[in-house]
Amino acid sequence: MKKDYIFEDARIRVMETGLLSKADFEQLLAEPNYAAAIAYLTDKGWGGPDAPKNGEALLRAEEKATWDLMEELLPGSDLLDPLRLTRDYQNLKAAIKQLYTGSALDPERLFVEGGTIPPADIRRAVEEQDLERLPEAMAKAAAEATEVLARTGDGQLCDTILDKAALTALLEAGKTAEDPVLQEYAVVTAVSADIRTALRAAGSGRDAETIRSMLVEVEGLDLAALTEAALNGRKAVADYLSLTPYASLSAPLGRSMSALECACDDLLTERIRPQLFESEKPGPLIAYVIARENEIKCVRLLLSGKQNGLPEEILRESLRNSYV
Amino acid sequence: MSPYLTAMLTSTATAMTENPGLMNDKLGIVYALIGVALATLLAGIGSAIGVGMGGRAAAGVLTEKPELFAKVLILQLLPGTQGIYGLLVAFVALGKIGVLGGTAPDAQTGLLYLAACLPIAFVGLLSAIHQGKTSVASIGLLAKNPSTFGKAMLLPAMVETYAILALLVSILTVSNL
Repeated sequence: MKKDYIFEDARIRVMETGLLSKADFEQLLAEPNYAAAIAYLTDKGWGGPDAPKNGEALLRAEEKATWDLMEELLPGSDLLDPLRLTRDYQNLKAAIKQLYTGSALDPERLFVEGGTIPPADIRRAVEEQDLERLPEAMAKAAAEATEVLARTGDGQLCDTILDKAALTALLEAGKTAEDPVLQEYAVVTAVSADIRTALRAAGSGRDAETIRSMLVEVEGLDLAALTEAALNGRKAVADYLSLTPYASLSAPLGRSMSALECACDDLLTERIRPQLFESEKPGPLIAYVIARENEIKCVRLLLSGKQNGLPEEILRESLRNSYV
Repeated sequence: MSPYLTAMLTSTATAMTENPGLMNDKLGIVYALIGVALATLLAGIGSAIGVGMGGRAAAGVLTEKPELFAKVLILQLLPGTQGIYGLLVAFVALGKIGVLGGTAPDAQTGLLYLAACLPIAFVGLLSAIHQGKTSVASIGLLAKNPSTFGKAMLLPAMVETYAILALLVSILTVSNL
């Protein structure tokens, strides 16, 4: 019998009441300083009864709590693996660069938990040049990135190879995923990455072939046209985008990179919002994790801004729409 | 097919062929009992599915908010009524066809009993499943805002209307045969 997610979705319905609303974000923004913002979050229950006073520790505790809940609801399930894929590639990037630079930095600072493969395994596979231990697509990307880094010493090119491989793997995982929400996630993530790549390439002096090779094939974007636009500058990218299904990203793109990132997150939030009314499918679980990660990302930006004394109007640009 | 069942069907068919009177005598109650069984089975299955769905949703909410127990229990139980309606129709029929009282019907009347049981059997099955789904959605609504209990309860209760209509048709027909 096909599994339904009635129990899990009902529990998530309750958890959704704990997500920060627009009013909460406004209140957080209005807090006079970093300590007051932390106090507001701990009052909302962030960090649990022994909430750390340090912002980053608080956010890590919340990330861990979200994944612990998912582990409890979906023990041994690979349903959420596509959401964790990018962490694997992030760790792969760190492992390759650490090997190349010989950096002795504490692995805890370089690697992130929560991927589908333990960071130590990735690190060992790279250090021992035993890439076959990794999934096929990942091993191929790792081999190419290692070779390019050793040959050219170009860390940015190495990042590009791995980022593209991560997005390709994510899109592939989205296509075969049990729930269409994961496909939405993969597509919006890839679109956001392509636009950011095109913007960075605009005015960088890179040739069309290089720019095209950095982009990932994704529905709704014509990569030849996007490459052409990137060659003609930022405004051309915005103009091209206004003709695509992602026209809502065109205006923020004209403002700043952070406004664009914010608009991409808001687009994803809009696309997953119907899951608030679903009660038997895995969509609400996936949407909850996405909403929680967006929320934590937004709070991290706000706390960082408060810590650095940035004015409210600049911080407001980082405010995302709430899922609830 | 099991050899026992095959043997039983063969002997029944043989007995009926050899004695057409026996067939006419017993066929009425066979039809009526099929109706009774359908009313009990289908409405009961629907209720079991509906209450099961509501129970899973209720358990999910109670994991985080145990204080909502009484409210979610009511919502969980709403799809359980169809099974009771099926049982009620079955009891009335059994009381008239010579099982718990009354007299065994002839074949034609037996078919009428069967037909009379069908509305609650099928409407009971489908309405209980859909009421279960609506209860699950209402439990989700309650989880988000416990003060909406009245509204949350009304939504699945609307589905009940059609089970009651089917119950009325079945019970009035069975009673007047």
